[in-house]
Amino acid sequence: MKIVALVKQTFDSEAKIALEGGKIGRQGISLIMNPYDEYAVEEALKLKEKHGGEVTVVTVGSDEATEAVRQALAMGADQGILVNPGTEDIDESTIATILAKAVSGLEYDLILGGFRAIDDGSAQVAGRVAEILNLPVVNMVTKLEADGGKAVATADIEGGSAVMEVTLPAVITAQKGLNEPRYPSMKGIMQAKKKPLKKIGLGDVSLDASQVAAKVKVLTYSLPPARAAGKIIPGEPAEAAAALAKALREEAKII
Amino acid sequence: MAKGILVFAEQRDGKIKKVTYELLSAGKKIASQLGEEVSAVLVGKGVSSLAGGLGEYGADKVYVIENDALENYTTDAYANVVADLVKQNEPTAFLLGCSITGRDLAAQVAQKLDTGLLTDCINVMVENGQIVFTRPIYAGKAIINAAIPEARPVMATIRPNVLPVDEPQAGKSAEVINVPANIGNVRTTVKDVIRQVSARPELTEADIIVSGGRGMKGPENFKLLEDLADVLGAAVGASRACVDAGWVPLSIQVGQTGKTVSPNLYIAAGISGAIQHLAGMSSSKVIVAVNKDSEANIFKSADFGVVGDLFEVLPVLTQEIKKLKA
Amino acid sequence: MNFKLTEEQELLRKTVRDFAENEIGPKAAEMDEKEDYDWSLWDKMADMGLTGIVFPEKYGGAEMDYVSYALAVEELARVDASSSVVIAAHTSLCSWPIYAFGNEEQKQRFLVPLAEGKKLGALGLTEPSAGSDAGAVKLTAVPDGNDYILNGTKTFITNGGKGDIYVVVVSTDKAKKHRGTAAFVVEKGTPGFTFGKKEHKLGIRASYTYELVFENCRVPKENMLASDGDGFKVAMATLDGGRISIAAQAVGIAQGAYEQALAYSKIREQFGRPISANQGIQWMLADMHTRVEASRLLTLHSAYLRDAGEPHTKESAMAKLYAAECSMWVTVKAVQIFGGYGYSREYPVERMMRDAKITEIYEGTSEVQRIVISNSILR
Repeated sequence: MKIVALVKQTFDSEAKIALEGGKIGRQGISLIMNPYDEYAVEEALKLKEKHGGEVTVVTVGSDEATEAVRQALAMGADQGILVNPGTEDIDESTIATILAKAVSGLEYDLILGGFRAIDDGSAQVAGRVAEILNLPVVNMVTKLEADGGKAVATADIEGGSAVMEVTLPAVITAQKGLNEPRYPSMKGIMQAKKKPLKKIGLGDVSLDASQVAAKVKVLTYSLPPARAAGKIIPGEPAEAAAALAKALREEAKII
Repeated sequence: MAKGILVFAEQRDGKIKKVTYELLSAGKKIASQLGEEVSAVLVGKGVSSLAGGLGEYGADKVYVIENDALENYTTDAYANVVADLVKQNEPTAFLLGCSITGRDLAAQVAQKLDTGLLTDCINVMVENGQIVFTRPIYAGKAIINAAIPEARPVMATIRPNVLPVDEPQAGKSAEVINVPANIGNVRTTVKDVIRQVSARPELTEADIIVSGGRGMKGPENFKLLEDLADVLGAAVGASRACVDAGWVPLSIQVGQTGKTVSPNLYIAAGISGAIQHLAGMSSSKVIVAVNKDSEANIFKSADFGVVGDLFEVLPVLTQEIKKLKA
Repeated sequence: MNFKLTEEQELLRKTVRDFAENEIGPKAAEMDEKEDYDWSLWDKMADMGLTGIVFPEKYGGAEMDYVSYALAVEELARVDASSSVVIAAHTSLCSWPIYAFGNEEQKQRFLVPLAEGKKLGALGLTEPSAGSDAGAVKLTAVPDGNDYILNGTKTFITNGGKGDIYVVVVSTDKAKKHRGTAAFVVEKGTPGFTFGKKEHKLGIRASYTYELVFENCRVPKENMLASDGDGFKVAMATLDGGRISIAAQAVGIAQGAYEQALAYSKIREQFGRPISANQGIQWMLADMHTRVEASRLLTLHSAYLRDAGEPHTKESAMAKLYAAECSMWVTVKAVQIFGGYGYSREYPVERMMRDAKITEIYEGTSEVQRIVISNSILR
């Protein structure tokens, strides 16, 4: 089974966000592979272990994103492709366009990705890739079996979950709970540098900057106003609980 | 010529989801500033009876797309029929709720229409004739205002429970237009649907959420939260610690890797207030924290705090609220 | 001159940090409290290859360098000193002498399962009246046909009790003092080899420390590392490398305590502002950070020298001396910054302070390190 895993490098989830020159500052931020994409890579590796085949990791990003690809290679993926768009004026539609172009040059039975990234959390890139490649998509998958031209996936839906069957190739996005991603092993880390990692630009996937110009324009970045700390209701637990009930009714007028 | 604000009227099991009304109210606000009208698209099987009611909430027109194949949501079928409708009507903007369905559908439709999409927005306004959306990024640690200047329609999903719903205008009806469904090729088959049966409201739509953290000490103690939730008509949530410990299912996790909620009242019991948890609930209107550690981070975000053992505080709180409500 | 880690070293550091924070961190306080190690963590570390970082792939290792090993030990210690000593004692004190002094057959038999983490290793050197003075060991090994008969005890043996494979330094000829010593590999379960009491310690309480008891324990000659007479040499060379890992452990403990104190100083408010707004606290943090960084540089430098095949006895002694004393100093300051909470077991700095102390003691006390350093510079 030939599997493509789409990954993104993101800020560490614990990163402290600050503005620099009106934009999100990158200083002192540690970068990680988007945790949802880790689930995707793990699932790809599990399927490969079960059915044989190979796993290709594809990302769009600057040279820094090499780290995320190396991590996936250290976990066990076979090869990586990093497309550097060479511009910051990109949005989800154009990232999807680039990814789809890069993937269309590969053989694949299944494309896996995280259902969203923890930075912009927009949850649309994988879906768009599916649409561009004319593939079906199942989002937010927590259980997956894939074999012989079809996949059976359990996915989150409104108010519950659904078991869905989909023909392959397809795009499947990972939700938390799909698996526990492995840590790269020490041997894996050493092998990762020997595995092929292709670093290419827009031209290499037959695109030019005008084709990937962002449709969404960010007008302003700001930090959320700090929530003012409220009041601590004093007293012994029982006393405080009673006072709290009263405050919610009379002060907050909420119950 | 692009015109009008189109809203996706999300329904499930024959009931319009609350976010639909929020979208209609927001749509009406921006439409009036742009001098345009608001319409809604309602998709499903046997849903036409719901169309009329949307008028009271501000829809001038309701497009109804009905088909047996639309009974259960499938990405392919819904995206095909909705994209077709949008192509025919060319609205200025197409808004959806940022629910699981709305998010899934929006990405497909946006790509079919080759337009931009802003997801999980918490505000929408018109500035200099342009529709501007506000959305949190980095799990709420930063906020952007963004627009889609050229591509049409402007597409966005709006986080449920954040925007207000205008008073419905009783008797106001909408023009209902039935649209034939061209389902196209559906490549996924729904084999089974597992509904979580709960008498309580859904987390993302609940007005009140009672949530427990590591301080609950074990799954058996969630009864305390359920008792409180029952007197408040609230949903029950949990922090990641409880999910990771296997006490409660992932479906009730609030936070960065769980659900993002914005209830009117959020009661956090035994939750320390890690940044990942705050990301999922800091847009709640009123936050109450109960924690025995007076240094707990949650108190910094709480409007009301009680420093004390939740095992002593919660039962009394439940009793007191019961008394007040009696 | 290049102070930049390689891509692999960076990824290793990040991987071990994630692992330590996610898998070990939540258990550290409880393991300390119960004075017991959760050995499921060992299995996970074995899966990741943390049990054989520096050994060649053909012996089941990851074939990484000592800088990588030091980084891994530091990251483990940053979260839990006990975990770091389990790995450090296993790797530096047991697997390494087998790698360095064992013959091919011994490497296949002992090193491969050790590096793969299928077996846990320990070193039996210290005795009631011999430690760094390895020439003074009293545990005797008397030849008998193709075997040696071992009699005596070893004390304070890290990974003792749980360990499967022990490198044991013995005396074969008392008259020859350190030239009359040898090193044997003894497996758990060998008749006549039992465990005495488990030590209850001030710190690194989750790690096992046992007495080893040998009573007419018959060990085949083929289990001897190098030759009869080389026991002292094996012990000294082993301690040279061991010092680097203990230095790395000390750096990790100090780094962990410093980070805890830094974070706490920003959230703890007194007199209406965070305590980090006070210069007294600011300067403490500045000193802590500076000393930790200095310790790390000394440690990684000695690891670098070892990787480069350069002499590093003095450098590793300096790294261990400085890093251990820094670790003690920094953890005491961390407790001070936490105030009353620092003294309580609710927060980890109390454990870190207890853990730090051992780095000034084992694998050569700070006094012994000073002897090693002064011998080197006065030679």
